[in-house]
Amino acid sequence: MAAGAGRWGDRTTGSARVAPLLMTAPALAGLLVFVGLPFVLAIGFSFTNLRLGSPLPLEWVGLDQYARILGSATFRRALINNAYFAAVIVPVQTCLALAAAVAVNGDHRGRSFARAAFFIPALFPMAMVGVAWELIYAPGPEGPLNALGAALGAWAPRDFLRDPVLAMPSLMVLSVWQGMGLQMVILLAGLQSIPEDLYESARLDGAGPWSRFFHVTLPQLRNPLVFVVVVTALLAFRLFDQVQILTRGGPADATTTVMYQAVTAAFTRQQVALASAMSVVFFVVVVAITALGRRAFRQEQGVA
Amino acid sequence: MSSGRLRARRLLGGLPAVVITAAAVLWLLPIVFILAASLKPDSLVLAEASGWRALWPGRPSLQNYADVLDRTAFGRIFLNSVIINIGIVGGGLVVNSMAGYALARLRFRGRALVLGIVLVLLVVPLEAIAVPLFYQVTVLGGRDTYWAQILPFVANAFSIYLFYSFFLGFPKELEEAARIDGAGPLRTFVEIVVPNSGPAFASVTIVTFLLSWGLYLWPLMITSSTHVRPLPLGIAVFRTLPPLQWGDIMAFAVMMVAPGVLLFLVLQRWFVAGIATVGVKR
Repeated sequence: MAAGAGRWGDRTTGSARVAPLLMTAPALAGLLVFVGLPFVLAIGFSFTNLRLGSPLPLEWVGLDQYARILGSATFRRALINNAYFAAVIVPVQTCLALAAAVAVNGDHRGRSFARAAFFIPALFPMAMVGVAWELIYAPGPEGPLNALGAALGAWAPRDFLRDPVLAMPSLMVLSVWQGMGLQMVILLAGLQSIPEDLYESARLDGAGPWSRFFHVTLPQLRNPLVFVVVVTALLAFRLFDQVQILTRGGPADATTTVMYQAVTAAFTRQQVALASAMSVVFFVVVVAITALGRRAFRQEQGVA
Repeated sequence: MSSGRLRARRLLGGLPAVVITAAAVLWLLPIVFILAASLKPDSLVLAEASGWRALWPGRPSLQNYADVLDRTAFGRIFLNSVIINIGIVGGGLVVNSMAGYALARLRFRGRALVLGIVLVLLVVPLEAIAVPLFYQVTVLGGRDTYWAQILPFVANAFSIYLFYSFFLGFPKELEEAARIDGAGPLRTFVEIVVPNSGPAFASVTIVTFLLSWGLYLWPLMITSSTHVRPLPLGIAVFRTLPPLQWGDIMAFAVMMVAPGVLLFLVLQRWFVAGIATVGVKR
């Protein structure tokens, strides 16, 4: 395929020279204007005292904003909440998605029904899920979830979304319900691309179903699994919609998140610089998660 | 297909279909609850929420649906979402596929730089730039407009990357033939590559649509009126609108997701295949 390297490059006609420019320019312009520039602005703003409507002159304040947010108990609580959300969501949602993927890949009549059932919530905007689950979490004995608790004799009526301990787990439940289906489909594709002869030889070696799962399925699923874990962890740190709709960060900061803090700072207190610093901290976390994920990918490719 | 079945049979051993079907039914319960609530009088929604009747519409009526159309500009809000999503998805297909193709197949000065920019920006989520982007778009006069909800999402590093990976695997022989016929890169792309890349376009369409259809934070920041507001923001605003009538809210919820669910049920195989490629393609 050495001939392919020259391609259109050796042609001197205008079209061949201009075409790459024409084809990449719109996307490149869009990315630079709507992602690159605001990203640079976020970093720039974070070193200033920019606050809309403030009488103070614009000043370079160095790392002051970072010192301020890291010294703020609320912001630290937001970081911890995000980490808590991720620590629960990532294993729970990944395991459920894996179990569902294995199940709907199975040979039974309900397979396509189950696949659709698990996937449909993924089509729902989180805002819609949040609003609908508010009724499911309705406080008092008439709330559906409280009624279920009473029927099972499991729990006394509670106000899930206004309970400092239960508010965050309540957000986790609806998030898993909405998000699991998409992960399931990604893992399902991974399952279906595992070569059948691997199972064949494992079976000849006398491996049982569990042994085949742990020695063939899981290692073969490594890349899709890493992808799912990284995406879920990133979503956990982007947590905003559910919080804004259901709890507004409360009670007592129990469900506040980095993004919720940033948006509140920017839009209710006009603290643009402070919000920008929070965005940068958020971005650093995102980069760290992504880097870990990419490393996990690379290792696998090295072995294979 | 049959190999998948064989494999799963071995994997699962005796795990009965009953258990899986039961789990699926359990997973659907919130949807059944939403549907039932949307079909019964507002006064009964909470009153019947604590028993099995919560999952039964009783004497179903479409009154709540009529009320939503009456109390809100549902049609307009739905149309807004359609316009915004067509803009994002349609514009994105054109712009990102061209860029992905140029990066995968053309050799030009700056190619490595452009690819590098795409890979770097792949990691920047909207949330990290939302605040400065808001001020930037405000300066450009984008508050409460369609374009401010479309343009920032058209060029998408992830879509470019997906197209780039797809086109790397596109059979070169097909392009070769076009080149011998004297077609330039752009013509080759439009006449040969695009018509033969259906799955790639379908996949990016589905993934972009799923992401843009649910956008909430950005419209919350940038819009203030019903004229341009999309569905996710519409339902959140409707929820806060007195009087609180859960039947109406659930009817709104059903109406906003029903078209998507129907589309999914019809095109299920495309959906699954489309999303699948994202996790496997690297």
